This record gives sequence, C-alpha cells and structure tokens, in this order.
Amino acid sequence: MRIFLLVYGLLFSSMTLYFIQQKTLQQSLEDGEAIYQDFCVQCHMSEGQGVPNAFPPLAKSDFLKNNLEQSLKGVKYGMRGPIKVNGKSYDGVMVAQGLDDEEVADVMNYVLSNWGNKLEAQITTAQIAKLSK
Amino acid sequence: MAKAIPSFFIIWGKINIVKKSILILSAFLGSFTLSCAQENTPKIETPENPNYDYVTVVDGIDIPWGMAFISPEDFLVTEKSGTLYRVRNGQKTAVSGLPEAYVRGQGGLLDVALHPDFANNNKIYFTISMTLEGDEGGNTALYIATLQELSLSDVALLYKAEPNTKKGQHWGSRIVFDDDNHLYFSVGDRGNRDVNPQDLTRDGGKIYRLNLDGSIPDDNPFVALDGAKTAVYSYGHRNPQGIAIHPQTGAIWETEHGPKGGDEINIVRAGKNYGWPKITYGINYSGTTITDDKALPGMEQPFYYWIPSIGPSGTAFSSSDIYDGWKGNLFVGSLAFEYLERLVIENDQVVKREKILPGIGRLRNVKEGPDGYLYVGVEGKGILKIIPKK
Repeated sequence: MRIFLLVYGLLFSSMTLYFIQQKTLQQSLEDGEAIYQDFCVQCHMSEGQGVPNAFPPLAKSDFLKNNLEQSLKGVKYGMRGPIKVNGKSYDGVMVAQGLDDEEVADVMNYVLSNWGNKLEAQITTAQIAKLSK
Repeated sequence: MAKAIPSFFIIWGKINIVKKSILILSAFLGSFTLSCAQENTPKIETPENPNYDYVTVVDGIDIPWGMAFISPEDFLVTEKSGTLYRVRNGQKTAVSGLPEAYVRGQGGLLDVALHPDFANNNKIYFTISMTLEGDEGGNTALYIATLQELSLSDVALLYKAEPNTKKGQHWGSRIVFDDDNHLYFSVGDRGNRDVNPQDLTRDGGKIYRLNLDGSIPDDNPFVALDGAKTAVYSYGHRNPQGIAIHPQTGAIWETEHGPKGGDEINIVRAGKNYGWPKITYGINYSGTTITDDKALPGMEQPFYYWIPSIGPSGTAFSSSDIYDGWKGNLFVGSLAFEYLERLVIENDQVVKREKILPGIGRLRNVKEGPDGYLYVGVEGKGILKIIPKK
C-alpha cells in the first residue's frame, strides 16, 4: 500500500507538472532556438548583438532585464517608438512576426538563457496567452 | 617597430629554403582568404554634395512593400501587415475586399501591380502570403481583382505556391510584365533551400511566367517536362525581392537576397538555373560554408554580387531625363545599410556604385513613377519622392 501511494503520488505530481509546465525547459530552449534562427536572427544577429543604430542588442540587455513584460508583449504584438538599451537610444519598429503563444514563450526562454541574460523563471505559454496589447 | 623590422630580416636569412616556401605560401593563402571577405568592386561612393533631395509623399506606413501608380497623384501601396492603401494627393485610405494575409515572419501582403490595360479594365494583381488548404503554415499566392474606388471585387486566385510551411523566411515577391502580355512573379525558397530551388516539380526559389488571365503560356520552358511546375520560368533563386524590365532591351533584371556575401543581380532568361544553393558567392550568416562552388556547368553566373550583402529590396531603372546623369542607371534598395544604391552599368559591367539617401532607413522598394521621378518605400516612414536640387 505504501509503495502504491508513493508511485501514485509520483505519477500524480509528474502529470500535474506536465500539464502546468507543458514543456520542459530544455525542449522550449531547442524550439526557441529554431524560432530565433528563422524569425529574429536577420536583425538581432546570431549572438544577439544587434546592429548599431538600427536594431538593439539582445545580448546582456538591460532592457530585457528591466522590462520583461513589455518585451514579451513586443514579441507577441510588435512594438515601436524610442527605447534605450544598454545606454544607447533606438527609435524603430518591430512588426509582429505572427508567432503563436507557445513560440513566443520558447523564443524568449532561448533569448533570456543566452548571451549574458538571465532567465529568472521559465516563460510559459499560459503567461503569454494572458498578455493583451 | 623600428627594431622589429631588421630582426625580421635577420631571422628570415637563417630560415632554409623549404621553410621559406611554406611561409610564402601560407602568407599568400592568408591574404587570399582576407581578400575574399573584402568589399566587391567597384567600391561604393557617397557623394559629398548630393544634387538631389526628397519630399515625403505619404507617411505613417510601417513596411511599404509594393507600389503601383495609377497617376503620380494616385497610387496603391501595400503595407506588409495586410493593408492595401490607395493614396490620393498624399492622403491614404485602406482599400476593402482584400483576402486576409497569413502574416508570419517575412510574409504578409507583398507586391501590387496594375494590369497593363488597367485604364480600361481596372484590374490589379497582388502577391500575398496565404494559408488556403486548411493545414498549418502558408505560401505565396498571386491574385487578380477589380479595383473600384476604394474596394476590390472579383477577387480571384491565379496561383498558389505549395506546400504550406510554418517557416517565416523567403516568400519573395515582385510582379512585372513584359510587352507581350506576360506576367512574371517571384517566390523565394521558403526557408527550405536544399529541397525547393533546384526541384522543378516543387514551388519556391522560382520566377514564374503566366498569361494575364493566369493561364500558363504554351511556350513556357518546362511545359513538356513531366511533373514540372509548368508556370516556372527560371529557377535556383533564393529570395527575389526586386524585378525590373530594362527600358531599352526589355530584359528581366532581378535582385535577390543571398546568404552572407551572396546578394545577386541576375538577368533572368527562360529555363535557366541561377544555382542556389549549389553555387553562391556567400556563406551562412553563422559563418559556416554552404558550398565550395561558385560556378558549375549548367548554372548561370550572377550579373553582379554584393560583398558585403546590402539586403537588396526593390529594383528600378531610371529612364527619364529628370536627374542629371542617372538615365539608364539601376537603383536598388538596401534594407541592411539603409540607403538607395545607384549602379552605373557600361558594357555589361557595374562600373560605379553610389549611395543615394544614406541613412534614410530600411529601404523596401523603389519605383519609377509615370512622371519619371523615383519613389522609394522606407520602413517606418512611407513613400518618399526623390527630386533634383535646383
């Protein structure tokens, strides 16, 4: 009986984890890299270094660190207007790329896990679904 | 440094002949590798006192992709996110009746063109990213429709590239016409370079040729080839986003986004293979090699290639006398470096390259208007008209 309860408990908690988390972080990072290479790399470049005076860097980005929600919304809906990233000013337009919520979560997990950024907690599809314009 | 030079000669004198030859060879190979990464000639120039200026014709458009002139004061502009604007006297109004674009990555509402007999039939063509088959993803489609004031009717699909894919890259697309009532349009490789561009039974990485009603001309190059997409006119392209008809020769000039260092100008001819990805002057943006071949039998060489890549978007010839010395020149938008490139061509060679409007913004499109002026589409701005300085 004790063994049954243990197995049951493990099964239950892993299933709960599965439904809440949907995706392991590792899988999200792999999918996120593929999205990055297809949709983001043309402007933000292969190491997230961006292009001086045109496209802000994603590497070691203070903007991503201090404006996470705005960044997530930006990827989902697009963003425009003046921003300051690592002391430099940018005033451009990033149009929405047509990514679904899961893809937005994946690519942001990838970006925040690379190039000197820090992923505090895994971004989830549910979290992106709640974001409004 | 002063000491270093004599000591170099002392050491050099002590090295035996075999080692010397190895050193000379490696120095030669080293400089050769460096020269490969250097700017392709002729070097781009920026005029110090430009003899032109510009005015904004219409503003407030994020990505002005295509442009088609009814008159200098009345023209159509596509906004990539899926809106077709009619601009009259600088005021833009959305045109209704457009199918909903599958906006993903580089896809969306792309080019627009007037039917050669628009004055009598009010027909327009446009290319647009679509998902029609009910599966995931999308591909480039060509439509025809009737434009009445601010609405489209009789919207009809003429061609839809297959299969759909969720890839965001390389949809093309531009539309042009020759003098014999043929329409040409482009579709990029759709992010599947190893499968699409070299396979004539598949869409993608192609220039297509149709009759004005969308039917496939009997004299298309691959009509007799079993299983081929018979609308194909040329193949082996990566992402053609500029096509212009030469004002004198009538030849089809095309610019396409290549990999890093592989952007190209091609003169497109029936049935020819432009080589992507079997031959290219470029490498992957990550720095890895795509192919060691720059030329292979049966594949066309580009007319010109850009190192570094400028991101060629939009192409037009200047055929008017409005600008001093620009008649016959080719103009190509640079998305990456944010200027309009002027290319002077003599004896089938690019002999001069110049930056027009340096730093203006991501340049998406360039067209010669019916008034002979050059109009450019710039991201985040709109449509600008280039005017000579008095």
